[in-house]
Amino acid sequence: MPFKLQRREEHSAWMTLFSPLIAVALMLATGAALFASLGIDPVRGLTVYFLEPLQSAWSLQELVVKATPLILIGIGLSICYRANIWNIGAEGQFVAGALAGSYIPIMMVGWEGPLVFPAMIAAGMAGGALFALIPAALKVRFGANEILTSLLLVYVAQFFLDWLVRGPWRDPEGFNFPESRLFDSDAITPLIFEGGRMHIGFPVAVIIALLAAFYLTRTIHGFQIQVIGESPRAARFAGFSQNKMIFFAFAVSGALAGLAGIMEVAGPIGQLRPTISPGYGFTAIIVAFLGRLNPIGIVIAGFVLALSYLGGEAAQVTLGISDKIARVFQGLLLFYVLACDTFIVYTFRRVGAVREAS
Amino acid sequence: MEIYEAIILTIITAATPLLLAACGELVAERAGILNLGVEGMMIMGAVGAFAVAFSTGSPYLGIAAGIGAGALASLPFAFLTISMVTNQVATGLALTILGLGLSGMIGDAYIGQPGVKLQPINIQGLSDLPYVGRILFSQDVIVYASIVLLVLVWIFLFKTRAGLSLRAVGDSHSSAHALGVSVRKVRYMAVIFGGACAGLAGAYLSLVYTPQWTEGMTAGRGWIAVVLVVFATWMPGRLLAGAYLFGAVLILQLHAQAAGVNIPSQFLSSLPYLATIIVLVLISRNRTLVKKNSPACLGKPFVPDV
Repeated sequence: MPFKLQRREEHSAWMTLFSPLIAVALMLATGAALFASLGIDPVRGLTVYFLEPLQSAWSLQELVVKATPLILIGIGLSICYRANIWNIGAEGQFVAGALAGSYIPIMMVGWEGPLVFPAMIAAGMAGGALFALIPAALKVRFGANEILTSLLLVYVAQFFLDWLVRGPWRDPEGFNFPESRLFDSDAITPLIFEGGRMHIGFPVAVIIALLAAFYLTRTIHGFQIQVIGESPRAARFAGFSQNKMIFFAFAVSGALAGLAGIMEVAGPIGQLRPTISPGYGFTAIIVAFLGRLNPIGIVIAGFVLALSYLGGEAAQVTLGISDKIARVFQGLLLFYVLACDTFIVYTFRRVGAVREAS
Repeated sequence: MEIYEAIILTIITAATPLLLAACGELVAERAGILNLGVEGMMIMGAVGAFAVAFSTGSPYLGIAAGIGAGALASLPFAFLTISMVTNQVATGLALTILGLGLSGMIGDAYIGQPGVKLQPINIQGLSDLPYVGRILFSQDVIVYASIVLLVLVWIFLFKTRAGLSLRAVGDSHSSAHALGVSVRKVRYMAVIFGGACAGLAGAYLSLVYTPQWTEGMTAGRGWIAVVLVVFATWMPGRLLAGAYLFGAVLILQLHAQAAGVNIPSQFLSSLPYLATIIVLVLISRNRTLVKKNSPACLGKPFVPDV
């Protein structure tokens, strides 16, 4: 290979800022080629996919609605990934939170009042956190790889949801459809304005992002995360407990995924169904990386990935291609983000040049 | 056909894709690369095999296409993790997401189309033997290939010089590099081999297991294959036992569902995943066993000094 990686003397500030933008540009370029290969004019394809969803009030609201769970989950995951803890089962924790929170409107019919929704939120966050603590406990107690256990539990959560909505939680008046009863008005995520689609989840997500930013940069505990992630040895010498951090990171990310889950079923969906997420828990992994594991960056990245969902729907309706193209764009984006991040720490040198320098 | 024969035959069908994919992942991990994109490569193999078999009518061309699709899918992962030293966990996830999306797009045209089934090879005379004839001598070519492949991988890793180099790369890339082994080349080959194996596993799913295309038909088998490698503590021999054990769990829950056992089908369906977690926990408990064989440089990026 004529080029070799060489470590930079210090991280490139320029690349730190621009690497996500370059990644998005590369994704768009690849997307253009993909549209061309499908026989679609690339300009028209990209316009339909990435610009038209931004041009109507309805779809702008939809963008916020889809960005909300991505941001909430992404913030939780960024705390894990900063500590080098790999929770990739947020999709399952999202479902667990939705189920725990839905117990109230489905099984406690008749309870009304202003306390119903806060109780659902609390139950949802607790459900997500507890479900996330399973891989954490298996990791700490038995050394079981958390990547694999957290991922496998996603399937378990989804089957459990499927059982509930087809079995005990099916709406008795629902003509045998696999759906729960519709939640009562007290159990619905409050909307920002009447008749719209946006619910309070988005302002909540922004507040949580600000809190997370403060926590990560201005508190000792937040600093510990950084140390444990970047230098486990130094963290041990400093007396930071790796095991406590595993429990903490999983609990926080599980609670945030659970919060996203209960707000989604109590909000845009309004009931439980066999499928309650178009893969938010997995897409949020991309959100976390695109946002450079920075809470504010994650808010922005959440909108980029939300747009990829809307674009997929638009492409299906307008261009007549499969909405699976959204997953393709998402996967490509993660590839490019990771590749661009390499340039923050490394630079490419011609082999000859390296020899001269040394 | 006797009932025990039917059960053993279906266990073999369920175990074969796991064995193939895990075999490839084992080689990649022995070279120090943790590829979590097995699920994505496997489903690319499945859709590639289905598409080519459907349009040519030949299941054998389908197999070749599956292998090719899996290997091709592993290339961007190899380039990123080996040449660009990206995080292996995240890059593998990207590969899985991309593979699931791309296969869904390609496969849309084939939903509901009748597939081409790969037929078993009846070995004249032997397949009529009582008790074992149908089980041992009436399988399709991929089943036989999976066993041969496993033996070859074992011989390669532990009886050849090249295999020793590969293990050295996985255990201490700096030492291997200092001794003149091309760490990156070995890792590229290992990852591409892993992709080809995952692709073949996918081909088996869409040509034999259920000869049709359904979106996401790998259903987590790629992840189970990754766990199998840990279960086998990176030893090919134990992989065989593990794959057949997991194949049995996968298939027995289906038999139980068909027999109308009074347990909700969703609980039975989640059994293989729960069993996988339990097995992973049981193996991980014995930390010395895991440590002894796990490649020391697994998941660590390699940047040569010069």
